[in-house]
Amino acid sequence: MIRIEHIEKKFKKVTALSGVSAQLTNGQVVSLIGPNGSGKTTLIKCILGLVKPGRGKIFFGDKQINGACDYRNDIGYMPQIGRYPDNMKMGHLFEMLKNIRRLDAEQLDNELIRQFDLCSIFEKPMRTLSGGTRQKVSAAIAFLFNPKVLILDEPTAGLDPLSSEILKQKILKEKNKNKLILITSHILSDLDELTTHVMYMQEGKLLFFKDIGTLQEETGEIRLGKAIASIMRGNDPAKTVINELFNSYNEKP
Amino acid sequence: MRISKYVLYDILKNKIIIGLTILLFIISMSLFRLEENENKALLSLLNIVLIVLPLVSLVFATIHYYNSYEFIELMLSQPVSRGRILLSEFTGVSLSLLCSFWIGVGIPVFFYSFSNTGMSLLFTGSCLILIFTSLAFLSSVSSRDKARGIGAALLLWFYFSLLYDGLILMILFAFSDYPLEKITLILSALNPIDLGRIFIMLKMDISALMGYTGALYKDFFGSTSGMLFTSAIMIIWIAVPLWLATRKFKKKDL
Repeated sequence: MIRIEHIEKKFKKVTALSGVSAQLTNGQVVSLIGPNGSGKTTLIKCILGLVKPGRGKIFFGDKQINGACDYRNDIGYMPQIGRYPDNMKMGHLFEMLKNIRRLDAEQLDNELIRQFDLCSIFEKPMRTLSGGTRQKVSAAIAFLFNPKVLILDEPTAGLDPLSSEILKQKILKEKNKNKLILITSHILSDLDELTTHVMYMQEGKLLFFKDIGTLQEETGEIRLGKAIASIMRGNDPAKTVINELFNSYNEKP
Repeated sequence: MRISKYVLYDILKNKIIIGLTILLFIISMSLFRLEENENKALLSLLNIVLIVLPLVSLVFATIHYYNSYEFIELMLSQPVSRGRILLSEFTGVSLSLLCSFWIGVGIPVFFYSFSNTGMSLLFTGSCLILIFTSLAFLSSVSSRDKARGIGAALLLWFYFSLLYDGLILMILFAFSDYPLEKITLILSALNPIDLGRIFIMLKMDISALMGYTGALYKDFFGSTSGMLFTSAIMIIWIAVPLWLATRKFKKKDL
């Protein structure tokens, strides 16, 4: 579904991505993991066409993404920090997006809007919303058009436990519909029950891309956090980061 | 242009554009009521059109661009091309400014001075709005920093409305021994504000005061080819910055 070939991206002198290649197919739930500043969000933005890679190609389906925009019809994107026009009311925002995507009403997926009870605050301007509520809006928008590919950048950060659970259930449901879902998160316990594949990035490089079965076999660990920690501990430069990850995982049962 | 609708809606909602319309309307009405000679009123109005409109267009368009950054970001994750987003923004901003100008200045001119001069004033004003909105977009797309973008826009205004004339005068003085009529004509045409000024002035009686140069100008700008020339230069001034802005915007990382 998405094929990434040798993507490189530099911001001035900082290398954000260097030689990342991967192939993602339908039915996978790919967890994109890595320390802060490892290039996860940049990679996602490259796929979305928000950031133009310096070198390399990205294919969506069999077409190369090169300034095209139609392929975004098939993508639902939930940004890390959802920023919306201040003066726009939430209901108006949804109306506008529906108007732009032009989907029939029966094809729309309003489930998250209902479950998060966003209808009751449709009249509120976006600037008055709290961070968590914005996050709910972002999630609802990402799922609204029933896209084939979902790209979720830190979906559960800032959500209360209840909403976080609703979102996770929703992701599971979409997973069963044979969609491609790409998630980045630092909360590995959230990813545990969802993930089928793990992509680990560090300093702009893709260190490994494995399915969860292989990972469990190689490490002898069942839980994602421990498996990753055990792989990375062998790799010296990453040690501090991994211990950090591992510790934070232990704190959250 | 489905997206421009939302841009327009956003602009109308912050009411500044309505204030500008009322202000322009009051100014033009009072000028026409105070002056007995409609041509004198037009001349005063001309100065407002030539100085204030470019400034307002530049500042308004730049601030609007930076304010709608979130909107642009949101649109970019939807299946909308970058070119379309920028052009919709441009259409929304320039349309609202044009409406404001046509209501605020256009209606009084239609009532009090429905003449060749009045019409060319409206034509020049509309062109200047489009040109400076287009320049504003170029400057705001070029820099991510708001203060820099707005600063660059203001510098452009200073350049076109003050500095450029000074430079031309300097050239005229320095080479006053040579016949410079044609060169000045070309040089002035390169500045849309000057071009607009000459274009309107020559429609008025005062052009008789301008001596030989005035006659030469009148000869040229009075003709159909002069009219076409003016329009062509104006269109180039609208299209080129907008094209450059779109090109930049397409390559930009957001």
